[in-house]
Amino acid sequence: MDIPYTVQPRRDTGLYNAKLGIWLFLASEVMLFGALFSSYILLRMGADPGEWPTRLLNVPIGTVNTIVLITSSVTVVLGWAALKQKNFARYRVLQTITVLCALMFVGIKSYEYADKFKHYQVITNDGKVYDGHLVRKDKEVVVLEGGLIDASKGKALGVLEAARHAGGHHGEVEIKTSDIRKIGNYGPAHNTYMSIYFTLTGLHALHVIGGALVIAYILWPGAGMYKTDPERYINRVEVSGLFWHFVDLVWIFLFPVLYLL
Amino acid sequence: MSDHHNAHDIEATKKKYIFVFLSLIVGTVITVGAYFLDIHSMALTIALALFIASVKAFLVAGFFMHLIDEKKMIYGILASTVFFFIGLMGLTIWALHDFPADTMLH
Repeated sequence: MDIPYTVQPRRDTGLYNAKLGIWLFLASEVMLFGALFSSYILLRMGADPGEWPTRLLNVPIGTVNTIVLITSSVTVVLGWAALKQKNFARYRVLQTITVLCALMFVGIKSYEYADKFKHYQVITNDGKVYDGHLVRKDKEVVVLEGGLIDASKGKALGVLEAARHAGGHHGEVEIKTSDIRKIGNYGPAHNTYMSIYFTLTGLHALHVIGGALVIAYILWPGAGMYKTDPERYINRVEVSGLFWHFVDLVWIFLFPVLYLL
Repeated sequence: MSDHHNAHDIEATKKKYIFVFLSLIVGTVITVGAYFLDIHSMALTIALALFIASVKAFLVAGFFMHLIDEKKMIYGILASTVFFFIGLMGLTIWALHDFPADTMLH
C-alpha cells in the first residue's frame, strides 16, 4: 500500500503530509527553546547586580561558528534548488558542504566545551580567587596557568576580563591543596550562567548532530529514491532543509544572547 | 519552501538566496562590531543585538524557509505558535515582578 500525499498536496491543507508534519514539529521546537530562553531571562534578571558573568565566552570562535552555520543554511537551500533544476551532482556537492559545516560547528563547539572544563577557579582559605587553566592537580598542589584576580567587583563579574586587567593568564601559579577552600571548573555546575549556557548550546548541538545525520542519510544511503521517485526525494530534501534552517534560526538568537550580552 | 516553484523561477530565486546569505554575514559582522565598540548603555546594546538578530531571523524564515510565500495552513500553525510563545514570555516577565508576599529580596 502506498503512503498517501508524499508528493501530491492534500486538498484540505494544500500541503504534502511531510511538510505539514515538519511545521508542526518546528512549532513544538519553538516552544521547547522558548521555555529555555524564558528560563535564561528569569535567571539573568534575578541575578544580583554585578553577579551575572559577561565576556566569559570566546567571541571570535562564536563568530566563526555563526558564519559556518549561515554558510550551511545557504548550501542547503541551494542544494534543494539544484535538485529542482535536476542537477543531482551539484546538489550532492552542496549538501556535502552542509554536512562538513555541521561537523565543523560541532568540532568548534567541542573545543569550546573542552576549554571550559579545563578552566578552573580556586578560592583559598584567605578569600583570594585564582583563575586559569589547569596544568596539574595532585594531592599536594594545584597548578594553574593564570593568576590572582580581583574579585571585589563581584564573584562572577567578567572573570576573564578581570584577570586580563590584573595581568593574569601569563604565568603559572602553584596553590597548596591545604590552602584551598573551593575549587571547580567552568562546567555546568559552576554557576547559573554556565548551567544555562551548557543546556541551551548542548540542546542546540544535539539538533545540529540530528539534522546532519538526516541530511547525510538522504544524501548517501537514501539517494536511491531520486531515481525511483524524484519528486518525493526532493520533498525529503526540502523537509530536512526546513529543520536545518530552524537550527540556524535558534543559533541566530543564541549567539548574541550568550556571547555578546 | 513553496510548491509552485518551477525550474525557471529557481534561477532568479538562487540570486535571492545569495543576497540573503551576504546580508546574514553583514548582520553578524555588525553585531560583533557593536560588541567590540563597547557601547556603554546596556539597554542600547541589548536592543541593537536583538534587533539585528530579529532581522536575520526574518531573512532566514522568510527566504530560506519561504515563509513569505507559503500556504495558509502553515501561517495558521505559526500564528498559534506565536500566540503561545508570547504567552510564555509574558508570563515570565510577569513573574519577575510578582513575588509572593513573604519573599526576601536582596
